[in-house]
Amino acid sequence: MRIACPFCGERENGEFTYLGDASPKRPNFAVDSGESPEGVEDAFYDYVYLRDNVAGYMREYWYHGGGCRSWLIAERNTVTHEFRSVTAAPGVGAAKPVQAGE
Amino acid sequence: MSGYSGSEPLGRTAALEGTTPSARSQAASASQSHRLRSGGLIDRQQPLQFSFDGKVMSGFAGDTLASALVANGVKLVARSFKYHRPRGIITAGSEEPSALVEMRSGARKEPNTRATTQELYDGLVAQSQNRWPSLRRDFMSINQLAAPIFVAGFYYKTFMWPAKFWEKVYEPLIRRAAGLGKSAELPDPDHYDKAWAHCDVLVIGGGAAGLAAALAAGRAGSRVILVEEDSRLGGRLLSDGGEIDGMHAEEWVRRTVDELASLANVRIMVRTALFGVYDGGVYAALERVNDHVPLPGPHQVRQRVWRIVAKRSVVTAGAIERPVVFPGNDRPGVMMASAVRTYVHRFAAMPGRKVALFTNNDDGWRTVEAVQQAGGDIAAVIDPRGKVPAEYQALAELSDLRVFSGGVSDVKGGVDGVRGVVVTDNNGRTQQIDADCLAVSGGWNPNVGLSCFHRGRPVWRDDIAAFVPGDSPKGMTTAGAANGEFSLGACLRDGHTAGAAAAAECGASGNAGEASEAGDEVYAISPLWQVKAKGKAFVDFQHDVTASDVTLAQREGFESVEHLKRYTTLGMATDQGKTSNITGLAIMAEATGRTIPQTGTTIYRPPYAPVAIGALAGHHRDENFHAWRLTPSHHWAAARGAVFVDTGLWKRAQWYPQPGEKDWIESVTREVLAVRNGVGFCDVSTLGKVDVRGADAGTFLDRVYINAFSSLAVGKARYGLMLREDGIVMDDGTTSRIAEDHYFLTTTTAKAGPVMAHLEFCRQVLWPELDVQLSSASDQWAQFSIAGPNTRKLLQELVDPSEDMSNEGFPFMGAREVKLRGGVTARLFRISFSGEIAFEISVPARYGGAMAQNLMIAGRDLGVTPYGTEALGVMRIEKGHVAGPELNGTTTADDLGLGKMMSKKKDFIGRVMAGREALTAPDRQVVVGIKPLDQKRRLRSGAHVVPKGAIPGPETDQGYVTSVCYSPMMEQWIGLGLVERGRERFGEIVRIHDPLRSEDYEAEICNPVFYDPEGARQRG
Ligand SMILES: [Zn+2]
Repeated sequence: MRIACPFCGERENGEFTYLGDASPKRPNFAVDSGESPEGVEDAFYDYVYLRDNVAGYMREYWYHGGGCRSWLIAERNTVTHEFRSVTAAPGVGAAKPVQAGE
Repeated sequence: MSGYSGSEPLGRTAALEGTTPSARSQAASASQSHRLRSGGLIDRQQPLQFSFDGKVMSGFAGDTLASALVANGVKLVARSFKYHRPRGIITAGSEEPSALVEMRSGARKEPNTRATTQELYDGLVAQSQNRWPSLRRDFMSINQLAAPIFVAGFYYKTFMWPAKFWEKVYEPLIRRAAGLGKSAELPDPDHYDKAWAHCDVLVIGGGAAGLAAALAAGRAGSRVILVEEDSRLGGRLLSDGGEIDGMHAEEWVRRTVDELASLANVRIMVRTALFGVYDGGVYAALERVNDHVPLPGPHQVRQRVWRIVAKRSVVTAGAIERPVVFPGNDRPGVMMASAVRTYVHRFAAMPGRKVALFTNNDDGWRTVEAVQQAGGDIAAVIDPRGKVPAEYQALAELSDLRVFSGGVSDVKGGVDGVRGVVVTDNNGRTQQIDADCLAVSGGWNPNVGLSCFHRGRPVWRDDIAAFVPGDSPKGMTTAGAANGEFSLGACLRDGHTAGAAAAAECGASGNAGEASEAGDEVYAISPLWQVKAKGKAFVDFQHDVTASDVTLAQREGFESVEHLKRYTTLGMATDQGKTSNITGLAIMAEATGRTIPQTGTTIYRPPYAPVAIGALAGHHRDENFHAWRLTPSHHWAAARGAVFVDTGLWKRAQWYPQPGEKDWIESVTREVLAVRNGVGFCDVSTLGKVDVRGADAGTFLDRVYINAFSSLAVGKARYGLMLREDGIVMDDGTTSRIAEDHYFLTTTTAKAGPVMAHLEFCRQVLWPELDVQLSSASDQWAQFSIAGPNTRKLLQELVDPSEDMSNEGFPFMGAREVKLRGGVTARLFRISFSGEIAFEISVPARYGGAMAQNLMIAGRDLGVTPYGTEALGVMRIEKGHVAGPELNGTTTADDLGLGKMMSKKKDFIGRVMAGREALTAPDRQVVVGIKPLDQKRRLRSGAHVVPKGAIPGPETDQGYVTSVCYSPMMEQWIGLGLVERGRERFGEIVRIHDPLRSEDYEAEICNPVFYDPEGARQRG
């Protein structure tokens, strides 16, 4: 399998490590008075544990540790292993901050 | 003995040595009773001597072992897997299921080598296998009488026998009786290599279609790699001849190969078998670099595994002729018709003098002319279709051929080969024909394997009664016989079109030229899979699977082809059923009343051909199994006689034995006492080191550590703990602030890589808005821990006198750059793992060896002692510091006694999940100290902790011992453990239960800090 790193070009998959589904977003919250806000535990539970088991194209994290050390988002077909796109991943794993009143 | 006439052993010296080349050649010819006087792609000026089962024979350069055996009139070459039936050579190619031999001897012995692909070399030594005491008198052929044991499913059925007999009786019996060759028991002395190659168009197979494809793609200007498993290009053209573009096929091959060789963008790789098709256009091939010579030359490899990256591939892997199943179809001397033609035409070797031909298709009829032209007789042609094909009618009349409408129902003969063929005609009349060879053609199966490796399903074609490729892997096309095109003209056109199209798809715009032209001979076939008659009729020759095994499997309910395969082991031998799979499923289809496409094929998987594990490993074996990492002071430590331990890829000094020390405990105890009473040093460069820079570096570290780092003063160090997002501890280490926007972070040795990846994830994926940059500095710094009451005295000898090294000027947890005597700038950290006054000093890695030497010189009067990882471990256990055995992927910060470090004031990785009920439960197993009541007793890690008086078991288990050492300070074995509610139980006596070592004793739970619990020594 070959992965086209947007920085290094097409490289062998042995240079990369796989992390998994790139859709969960890390909950973003402010700590007031030392306590975590209501509901944040459930949000973290979803973030840490719940994943879709996709047959088909999936957005997933790959780390080019044997190259440029970039974390990448690859759209890969889990059935055929075809890559549709590979892009850099700045900020894609963080949820937007929860605003007051939301 | 008639089959062996003319092949008496040659006296080595008398026959071949001390004679002229032409005399040698004549002598060699004389030994080869079945060699034709002329013709063939062999070099008669280069006679080669070889031996088979100790019998010396000769052949010529250009021979395979199989063709040389044929030329010497050898029929019997093997005993079969289960029944030890005598077997001969069936094919002339890599699909050979029968003629497997043991090549070479000693450490280079290799079993199950196909005689049909092994090129002959001078001095070749081969043995037959799976026989005792000899090939001709094999006692194990008695297995034929025990045949009912070995029917379909015998593995499963014998498992049902009384268990007490299995281990002692059945298994040894079956193992001795059934099997193939024996492998060498010595380390392989040869070298193997792995390499990458890249191209636009990969052409797989160098027959007519492959040559046409490579030429079209090459002329068009694309980068082409042509792989061919044979030593020569040409494929069936080398065996069947023909006429192309008005010239002899051999001449066309020569010209085409010359043109390909002249193109700079074409690479030809012979002796290279493609065995795997992987994702994204990656292919694997095995190049047999030096299997055709006695030994690889100096600095040469035996074999090389290629990974070829290709934008497009054209499979021109040809087709495999299939046998017909009838009683006696495995007798030595029964051979595929195409193989007979190959031996006659390419190798000038006659498999028989009176050849009977059994064919259900027009292609088989080619054999008549080939045998006759070589001076052999066609004893009869048996064709169930009942009519001579139009193309061959003139020939049949001219040579007065005996032609039977019917099938072969038995073959007479024994270890010396075929003596007669029993024909049952379509009216049921039986007749025996005198023959010494039976050529068989059941039709041709396109080589669909490579096109099916990505779970593609082949498609059935009635007109050729065979499967052709269906959905091929992306970027792959198939052409020629592999695509079901069986005429030469069609192969050339198909190959040319596929090659030109593949090149165009890769952007090549040159002129691919015109396709070569040849005739379009008719290939008519009426399927015949089996002649039903009494006697053992084989489907899978290598695994001894008969037609009745297939029908038995069906009766016992194993109707799916995948079940059939596993129940009978059909197609599971080293040949992967190349000659048997389709026939087996055709018989299953008939038994179940389904069609062949309804029955379907099994899944095709790599490797297409056997590959030695050594070839896959390449140079990565023995000490080079993985890379080594050496610490900057490694060579210095080695010169002092250090004992090294593998820690991941690192080799670390474990201890430094001194003359007279009786064991490692004595050495380690000396090192510990030297540190606690004086001063010692240890190379800790293996710790992961990361430079964290930027305006937001402090904020970033606040988010990845459970404790605060933005509040750390410049010039100070702090111990930090990282969690995983699920709340479990990931790693620990000391991080220092070198400047306002510059931190120096350290990780454990084991987690250096994973922590770096994690930090990059946090920086890039979670918080790219932070102004922070990370660079791995692990290899840039040689780092030494210097510890003991005399540490300061030692350091004063090393650092520039202008540096203030007093307790006030460099306090505990201080961290800053210092200038060393001589001008080198070092980073100095006053941190302690041992509990003594200690510093860690970092110098640029190239000074690592010099640093160790200078520490020894500067500390000579202080008795400075280098210490290894064992002493380091002893001192950390004495101080209750946690390490890998406690940071084991199940523990929380609080389990380690570090829960108070968790900041409430900020979010950090793992904060929320660490608060889960089960991770904060009061009965969790937490780190404690453990010391046996008997002070002489050795504590062992892994032992279980149960309450005193309790019976050990899952209900009473309360934890286990994680780390142990002999403590020179406590003068007994001590340890750390994870024990339920441990911190509430200091002073309690518990039972230590070690079922693995049958040990049971009592111990006291205690404070994990055994030595200097107030921590006064490190601050002094
Ligand atoms: Zn990259």
